[in-house]
Amino acid sequence: MTPLLEVVAASRMAQGRAIVSDISLRLQPGEMLGLVGPNGSGKSTLLGMMAGLIRPCRGQVRLKGLPMQALRRRRIAQLLALVAQSAETAERITVRQAVELGRIPRLGPLRPWRARDHEAVAAALKAVDMAHLAGRDWSSLSGGERQRAHIARALAQAPRILLLDEPTNHLDIHHQIAILDLIAGLSVTTVVALHDMHHALRCDRVLVMRAGRCAALGPPAQVLTPGLIRDIFAVKAEIIPHPRTGRPVFDFERLC
Amino acid sequence: MRARAARRSGVWLWLAPTLLAAALFFGVAVGETRIPLATVIDVLAVQTGLSQRVLDPIDASVIWHYRLSRAVVAACGGASLALSGLILQALLRNPLAEPYLLGISAGASTGAVLIAVAGLGGGLVGMSAGAFAGALSAFALVAGLAHVAGGGAGPRQAAVIILAGIAGSQMFNALTALIIAQSASAEQARGIMFWLLGNLSGVRWPDSWLAVPVAVLGLAVTLWHIRTLDAFAFGAEAAAALGIDLRRAQAVLIATAALVTAVMVSIAGAIGFVGLVVPHAMRFLVGTRHGRLVPATALAGAVFLVLSDVVSRIVIPGQVLPIGVITALIGAPGFALVMIRGRRR
Ligand SMILES: Nc1ncnc2c1ncn2[C@@H]1O[C@H](COP(=O)(O)OP(=O)(O)OP(=O)(O)O)[C@@H](O)[C@H]1O
Ligand SMILES: [Mg+2]
Repeated sequence: MTPLLEVVAASRMAQGRAIVSDISLRLQPGEMLGLVGPNGSGKSTLLGMMAGLIRPCRGQVRLKGLPMQALRRRRIAQLLALVAQSAETAERITVRQAVELGRIPRLGPLRPWRARDHEAVAAALKAVDMAHLAGRDWSSLSGGERQRAHIARALAQAPRILLLDEPTNHLDIHHQIAILDLIAGLSVTTVVALHDMHHALRCDRVLVMRAGRCAALGPPAQVLTPGLIRDIFAVKAEIIPHPRTGRPVFDFERLC
Repeated sequence: MRARAARRSGVWLWLAPTLLAAALFFGVAVGETRIPLATVIDVLAVQTGLSQRVLDPIDASVIWHYRLSRAVVAACGGASLALSGLILQALLRNPLAEPYLLGISAGASTGAVLIAVAGLGGGLVGMSAGAFAGALSAFALVAGLAHVAGGGAGPRQAAVIILAGIAGSQMFNALTALIIAQSASAEQARGIMFWLLGNLSGVRWPDSWLAVPVAVLGLAVTLWHIRTLDAFAFGAEAAAALGIDLRRAQAVLIATAALVTAVMVSIAGAIGFVGLVVPHAMRFLVGTRHGRLVPATALAGAVFLVLSDVVSRIVIPGQVLPIGVITALIGAPGFALVMIRGRRR
């Protein structure tokens, strides 16, 4: 069976420097893949390539077995949604209108707004706990509320693959867990860039990046070892099982 | 709730043509010379074959050939320029973008004058083609300059584009002056200078044969791209992620904005600020979603320019001002207002 999304030896150069080099991976249906790595290690660039927005200089990204360039943008957006690290607007739009943008790949000049679209938007707003703010002006939202609205927009797209770049950024601890629960509960395949190791533990697999390269790929319990964390992030990590649940808890200390 | 929205758009289906017709009638009824309303109605009735009454030929000619053709072209031009501004604002994500301020009108003038002076012929269509080439060159120059000057995103980028537009306008206006000085006769030069200020005085029915189809085409293309324009709310990359083919959409929409501006410039010269004032006023009234904003902007642009034209004919008794003067008098404060509001955000 052809995988839904496949990255084949993809590299990307910027200003003469490789910012992603030679990454290969296949998304497994329904999995939640975490991207972990220091600032500037190429997580956002890799997500951009997976979304078909950034072209690999070498290698390929294949969606349903077809190279990205061979697909129409609209077709890509029907299969795949991206929540970017930051996207802002100066336009006076409401939260609902921002989420409605997610239906654009499924509408056309001659295909009007239907009840189905309305339901998708309402469900997406509810999923991120934003239904009560649907009528609010975008400019009046807090950072975390904006982030949740962006996620709702991506959910309204009803994609097969959901790419999220640091979706828990700006969120309070309650909503961080809520968003992770939501993502983990979705049947769609997700790729999510994360900085919190505890969040990364909830993924099915993690890809650890360093300077654009794949440093490790596998189940989090096997990959996120004190040795690797020390290597990649220059911190001393200790993993302590939670006294009651037994879940691993990280303790960090910076190495000079 | 949806039923009410549907009923409301149903209301607009007949209210919009009524408003447009009222503006056109007003444009025909009011002018430098006073003609009784009854005569105006008689002339319109006879010309449209509804009445066989015998008319004063001078009144009939003033109303039908002079005022009505002028009002129709003003309506088309107003809709075209307003839509052009709306498109540029959405694609560049810049509230101050507008064909006149970005130098597109100046580029179109240069192209049109070059064709007119060189005597390449082709009449209005030839001039429009030259204006279209000029408009596209001006946009390419201004966009390229803004890109090189950089500034990333946000307010600085917005300012850089406007500055590039000023530079482009100045350069193309200088080119136009050079072409006129080089090769036009004194009489030709006077005519061109008057036309350049934005002027509907010379408009007759043949102009509308170009203005009407182009305005309708511009409106149709913009309506077709309503969702595309919406998708640009969070920037070009977000639009691409929503399935918009950026290169195609930008090419089609920029070409449309340039085309409608170019045709309007060939007919009536560079009329400024319509593309700035009208879309912003409509955003205030109907919101920022293009499903409502595009039709509202087209209608309001048409009404705005017809009324501006009426004002230009009666504000100083016995003298007709260039319409560009009126739109600038209204538009420049509008520009300041948008700028101040943008700062406060
Ligand atoms: N267009 C570009 N031109 C030049 N350098 C770039 C460009 N885009 C990204 N980079 C560089 O490539 C590297 C990887 O960037 P990327 O945004 O992918 O990192 P990241 O892993 O997402 O980082 P963060 O955790 O801070 O979000 C960075 O050093 C960045 O400065
Ligand atoms: Mg990043």
